[in-house]
Amino acid sequence: MAERSFKEEVKQLGIGAGTEFRGEAILAVTKALLQSGVSYVSGYQGAPISHLIDVLNDANDLLQRLGVRFESSANEAAAAAALAASVNYPMRGACTFKAPVGVNVASDALAALSSGGVKGGALVIIGEDYGEGSSINQERSHAFAMKSQMWLLDPRPNVQSIVDAVEKGFQLSEASNTAVILQLRIRACHVYGSFIAKDNVKPAFSRDDALTKPVRDVSRYMLPPYIYNHEREKVEHRWPAAVKFIADNKLNEFFDGETDDVGIIMQGGMYNGVLRAMEILGLADVYGNSRIPLYVMNVTYPLIDEELVRFCAGKKAVLVIEEGQPEFIEQGINTVLRRADLQTRVEGKSVLPKAGEYTGGVLQTGLRRFCEAYGPGLLAPEPPNRTNKTLAAAIDKLGDNVHGRQPSFCTGCPERPIFSAMKLVQREMGPLHISNDVGCHTFAALEPFNLGNTNVGYGVGGASASPLSGQNGKRPVAVIGDGGLWHSGLISSVGHQVFNKTDSVILVVDNGYAAATGGQDVLSSSGNIATRSTQHPIEKAIRGVGVEWVKHVTRTYDVTKMRDVLREALQTKSEGPKVVIASSECMLNKQRREKPLTREAIKRGERVVRERFGVDADTCTGDHSCIRLSGCPSLTIAPNPDPLRRQPITKVVDSCVGCGHCGEVSHAAVLCPSFYKASIVNNPTWWDRAKQSVRDIVIGFLQRRVEVQ
Amino acid sequence: MMNATNSTDTSRVRPITIAILAMGGEGGGVLTDWIVDLAEHGGYLAQKTSVPGVAQRTGATVYYVELFPKKAAREQLPVLALMPVPGDVDIVLASEFMEAGRAIARGLVTPDRTVLITSTHRVFTMQERVAVQDDRVDSHALLKSSEEAAARLFAFDMSGIAEAAGSPVTAVLFGALAASGVLPFQRTAFEATIRRGGVGVEPSVRAFKAGIDAVSAGTINTEAALPIVAAAPDPGVPALLSGISSQLTDTSRPVVSSGVLRLIDYQDEDYARLYLKRLEPILAIEASRSGSSGELLSEVARVLAVAMSFEDTIRVAELKIRRSRFDRVRSEVRAKDGEIVEIAEYMHPRRQEIVETVPASLGRWMMRSKIASAVLDRVTRKGYVVKTSSVRGFLLLSLVARLKPLRRRSLRWMAESKRHEVWLAQVADVVSRDYALAVEVARCLELVKGYGDTHDRATAKFQTIMAALPALEGRGDAAAQLAALRKAADADEYGDALKQKLAAVLDEGHGMGAAAE
Repeated sequence: MAERSFKEEVKQLGIGAGTEFRGEAILAVTKALLQSGVSYVSGYQGAPISHLIDVLNDANDLLQRLGVRFESSANEAAAAAALAASVNYPMRGACTFKAPVGVNVASDALAALSSGGVKGGALVIIGEDYGEGSSINQERSHAFAMKSQMWLLDPRPNVQSIVDAVEKGFQLSEASNTAVILQLRIRACHVYGSFIAKDNVKPAFSRDDALTKPVRDVSRYMLPPYIYNHEREKVEHRWPAAVKFIADNKLNEFFDGETDDVGIIMQGGMYNGVLRAMEILGLADVYGNSRIPLYVMNVTYPLIDEELVRFCAGKKAVLVIEEGQPEFIEQGINTVLRRADLQTRVEGKSVLPKAGEYTGGVLQTGLRRFCEAYGPGLLAPEPPNRTNKTLAAAIDKLGDNVHGRQPSFCTGCPERPIFSAMKLVQREMGPLHISNDVGCHTFAALEPFNLGNTNVGYGVGGASASPLSGQNGKRPVAVIGDGGLWHSGLISSVGHQVFNKTDSVILVVDNGYAAATGGQDVLSSSGNIATRSTQHPIEKAIRGVGVEWVKHVTRTYDVTKMRDVLREALQTKSEGPKVVIASSECMLNKQRREKPLTREAIKRGERVVRERFGVDADTCTGDHSCIRLSGCPSLTIAPNPDPLRRQPITKVVDSCVGCGHCGEVSHAAVLCPSFYKASIVNNPTWWDRAKQSVRDIVIGFLQRRVEVQ
Repeated sequence: MMNATNSTDTSRVRPITIAILAMGGEGGGVLTDWIVDLAEHGGYLAQKTSVPGVAQRTGATVYYVELFPKKAAREQLPVLALMPVPGDVDIVLASEFMEAGRAIARGLVTPDRTVLITSTHRVFTMQERVAVQDDRVDSHALLKSSEEAAARLFAFDMSGIAEAAGSPVTAVLFGALAASGVLPFQRTAFEATIRRGGVGVEPSVRAFKAGIDAVSAGTINTEAALPIVAAAPDPGVPALLSGISSQLTDTSRPVVSSGVLRLIDYQDEDYARLYLKRLEPILAIEASRSGSSGELLSEVARVLAVAMSFEDTIRVAELKIRRSRFDRVRSEVRAKDGEIVEIAEYMHPRRQEIVETVPASLGRWMMRSKIASAVLDRVTRKGYVVKTSSVRGFLLLSLVARLKPLRRRSLRWMAESKRHEVWLAQVADVVSRDYALAVEVARCLELVKGYGDTHDRATAKFQTIMAALPALEGRGDAAAQLAALRKAADADEYGDALKQKLAAVLDEGHGMGAAAE
């Protein structure tokens, strides 16, 4: 069950021609896929394309009616491999994952596909951002498109342009027998807008046709000597075909301006940001009418030489706005102009920063610099100061009173107690070398746990710890989530360590979902889902690849037990990897499932016990060691109500879900006795009430006596 | 009301740009949807973007909305941005005060145009929460900066209002936005939007209206707009103090009074008399210094009262079983009438705490006897969950609380008394030479706190600092150096920072000495 239900959005996927589709761009992409007549879609979740996967997961009925198969892929490599179905058959298909990390994982299949080429349109939809939405923001899939010669679409970030890019992307793929990458930035995926829908199309060539009349064309096979032909084909046929299609269909856009000696070239995805910056500087109006001619590259690879030459001819300078480094496009344009012997100056990273996200402020500065050099008359005069107040003074007054907010575990997260336990083990045994993996648990590397030395990729935490295989009584620890385990970790980490007889501890953090990407189901999820096969035990898989020493903790909140099991794993004489599976359901998903049920039950008058924790202010020391072992968002500080003490006290706020972690930590770490658990009984039964009246009488009597004393 | 022509060129129609800074669970997404819906029903085009899922795990995120009048978009659609541009934001809505600060730091709030609407309550960051000491940032600085940065400011504590209405803080923000009049829509249109949303309508409308009222009442943008910290009730002057009350200043009187009441509550009147007796030398010193601020007396009185009411098992048991405490728990967990609340305590006494609580002779025997140690270790290996709201649990804690008369004979009592007297003597000794240093020495006793390991570590830090005192005395900056040492002692759990600081301070001292030679 994913973090969000898309049942409402699914209804929109079914609308027909002429109806307005309203919603986020990533949902519009999903609709565009159905309009394009895809036969299959595969994907591995990750921001910002998780919604595409989640919505298709919820759209099973519609997909069945259209004969579309949707696969929740094991990982990005599996998602990309699905496109092989378009190699021999005129079937359209798409795969999706986040980039650039997902592209790295998918690279084998993508390289093979671009060698042999495709018959049916194949689209690789990647969510890639150079800003806050990305986990590896300093790399570009652009390099991958160049090295494998796959065409890269980077459309203008409005819903209509993005929908058009899907449709044209399939056509381009078919015209050039090449898989096409559609790149979407995170805010573009979540931009809200509309377009006029078309009817969904049932694929002309069905998956059934492929099964009943399989086609084998050995010339498409990835083996010598065919691959030598593939390379020639690419350069001599597919590339020129792509260039012709892009030019003929005007995928890149020219916008005229009133000047003719300067111009601006940009990636399509930068368009709205650039135009806003230009509008502020007086270089364009709010409708996008620019005073400087624009060449907007909705296709960022390959470059269309003829278009670039046409745009640059007669201009003394052009500004290339290309987010990301290295500046592949700028280099390419220089080559094109040099070959055409054009003397137009190419400015780009010379006036814009070499690295980092191109935000509005950054673009404004770059555009101003470019105009000051080549067209100072174009800039609007700076507006006069209308106030004595300044931003600089305001920032000065802020001082160091703004802290960063680093990622952390959610309220009640079952992973928190695992790392509390590990912190306690470190207190006994000294610091450990800990190799982390990708997933929520990687937040343990930050405050307050500070656990984890490296994280080099999804599913490979165990492999990265392996070279440090135990010596002199010390063992490395590798942490991996259930998501990472099923993504690739079972082989790359666990199997790898078994085979290499690695003396280590592997901690499998099992919260029942691929939680960090929005709570998608995995093989071992406990839910029973009609369209997927779940409930496959992790322990069985781990033992299946040869691990002898496996311990399963089924309630991670038991910090004492967690600590003891970890200690045992670090000390046992047993050889090979020692695996500790720590299982408790992701609290975010659990709350989402249970909260409405609880509310209903209370409404129906059923007895419901709600638990939450609290801290007694008068016994709280105010040294916050409990917070340093927990970090729960609901465990915070408050002014000390005691007039004689100054340190802020610890306080549990209303968001507490009663997971019990703070109480267990205070037990395991022998902290202060300030934590209490309150069990609130809604709709008490007659027995509850009877018990309570006895307590009220006895306790009340004693309390009054004490107070009189 | 803003007429969307906020530029030098009055013929230029521009979008209204709105940035919303919120944290997970605060309803930032809902607020964004409300603004879009409000605008679409009010004749505007609206575009919103966000980075969903980020708020929950990373704490904070920015939602961004642009509105554009439909009548100005008849022939050509506007190109709307996906991210706020510094210097080009009309309205910033911040659900928490540091987030407003972040908006300022990112250049989103500028004095020429931005209307800043922010709650002044704080959601503390990890850095503030994990600090051993008090590391909270200064809300006054945030307020001053907001005043400087914003063209117009609407700042007040929205969290309290939201809590009372049972709604997320963003509904109050929406109310403040309506009341501010910056958007070209009627207040009724705002409310209609909430009602169209259909989820949690009544609490949201209540919070929305309260937001409007708060702006109309004008109690915003001042120090009073910061969340109120309830002042401690006036302790009055207990009878025991009547003899010396006249020697006290207005600042020291409430402190000494609180101390007396606290120790009567902790043990008995005799104990409070002992407290006053211990204060006598300090009183005399203050009396002999004409024009003294009385700071030393206030600090010694405060620190000594807390130290003398040290937390032992008896004190903890007593505090846990009080009627007032049962009531406080009910209100803290927001139990409604008719709901039963059961309270369970998480306790983990150590052997040492038991040994220290019983009469000294028994305690010493327990420490010597191997059998007693083994038994105690066994029973204290695990923590206990005691259900105070059950008759059994209550009786157990009452029994411990009734050991109070034995307290005077316990090992802990003796150890604490000795520590307090030695410390007092040191304060009295230092004050004759360096008043400021004496105040700092007084404060050092505050380091000793907590239970179990925390208490042991704290005591060790206190002793380390006190041992360094002779080396500091005579230096002009002795008081400042001691304060720095105390701060270092609180910087981490294990005293590493203190060790470093101490080495640096002593080293500096030698350097100075050498230079003087």
